[in-house]
Amino acid sequence: MRDFSSRTFARRRWSEPAETASDEFRKQVLPHLDAAYNLARFFTRDATLSEDVVQDAIVRAYRGFSGFRGDSAKAWLLAIVRNCCRTAVSAPKSMAGLTVHESGFSDEDSKELSNVRDPNPDPEQQAIQQDEIGRVRSAIEAIPEPFREVVVLRDMEDLSYAEIAEVTGAPIGTVMSRLARGRAILASALLPARGSVDEQSRSAN
Amino acid sequence: MAACIEQIPLITSLVDGELDAVNSALAEAHVARCEGCREEFERQQAIRTLVSKPGIAHQAPESLKRRIEALPELSARRQWSARRVGSWLAPAATGAIAASAALLLLTSPSQQSLLDQQLISSHVRSLQPGHLTDVQTTNEHIVKPWFNGKIDFAPPVPELADQGFPLAGGRLDSIGGKTVAALVYHRRLHTVNLFVWRGNSRNRTEVEDGFALAEWSEDGLRFAAVSDIPLADLRQFEQLYRSRAGLDQPAKG
Repeated sequence: MRDFSSRTFARRRWSEPAETASDEFRKQVLPHLDAAYNLARFFTRDATLSEDVVQDAIVRAYRGFSGFRGDSAKAWLLAIVRNCCRTAVSAPKSMAGLTVHESGFSDEDSKELSNVRDPNPDPEQQAIQQDEIGRVRSAIEAIPEPFREVVVLRDMEDLSYAEIAEVTGAPIGTVMSRLARGRAILASALLPARGSVDEQSRSAN
Repeated sequence: MAACIEQIPLITSLVDGELDAVNSALAEAHVARCEGCREEFERQQAIRTLVSKPGIAHQAPESLKRRIEALPELSARRQWSARRVGSWLAPAATGAIAASAALLLLTSPSQQSLLDQQLISSHVRSLQPGHLTDVQTTNEHIVKPWFNGKIDFAPPVPELADQGFPLAGGRLDSIGGKTVAALVYHRRLHTVNLFVWRGNSRNRTEVEDGFALAEWSEDGLRFAAVSDIPLADLRQFEQLYRSRAGLDQPAKG
């Protein structure tokens, strides 16, 4: 599999003719696939669902690509990913990649259907600093929305306030205060308590 | 000492470099003389550094990249057969992808495993939406006549629903260049494909790439059942089928 996809990439590079919409899309949008997946992972907190969501988002992005006029393809794609995440998270869990040919399966059968093995053991997570990475990731996952997405978009994806406002549809002032709040929640989980002079934070926690 | 509440947005913007020169200078001056705000500034900066460390952000897994690469929307030029295989694989269930990948990678297979591969890939292909049955019915009296005139033999089509293998339909398929009848039965959420064609074979069962296979022959017809159910269940299917088909003989295996 790996073999044929790298061959496909290689073919693509030599193909001469004028750039098609699909080439342009590959050049501008696909480099942000990691960012799309990262946002989906922290938004849905579900590895399998994130893959489905990102695939869905890429298809939607491709269909809407002719209408893209902004300067940041990354912010544009992430806005689509975020919408897909919201839909997926609010929808009942029915996104199994299986077509069932006969209707009328029992509840037990349906449970079996959704019991699809996680195809993503995420190798980088098994790296040396696994502890540290795991600790930071779970602390981020524990931030309640709408504060979490702002931290992900700013501190991981490096979007500007204006871009975050575009992605989330919130005014810049709101982005700013959500970011401060999200970072404060993270700080209380990950950093030592505030300096000993600070009675307020000691009693607040 | 706590930070000044009204200064926090400014401090956040200072951390992010989102302030213009004037406001930046004002915020820095405040942070320099207010201990609480300095601490707030340092904590926000520490968090930003921590979260942006390499390895914290998730990277798109290979499986997702392959799925994206296989999207038909993204393949403007469809002449590359590799790409077609990719888009063909995309909707299949994970197990099917793994099995097909294993098939692609196999080298110099024997005659027998070549047949097994064809059986398995026909089975996998049949699970694609819309590929399972040409005649979709649970009625054996519709399935059986449907094969008339399409093939020059008449495969037995017993109903096995009371034993947990409801009939789902039939279709024509091709194995080793021959047109074969494929009968489709369900086992709970799983599908059993039973391929039937003229010929003889020894009785055998096999597990290959996670698929169970059972092969036998009766009266000049060759039968090969393929499914992802456990081999024991497939053997049970074989016995039921053979007894109901009125061809009851002791099953070996």
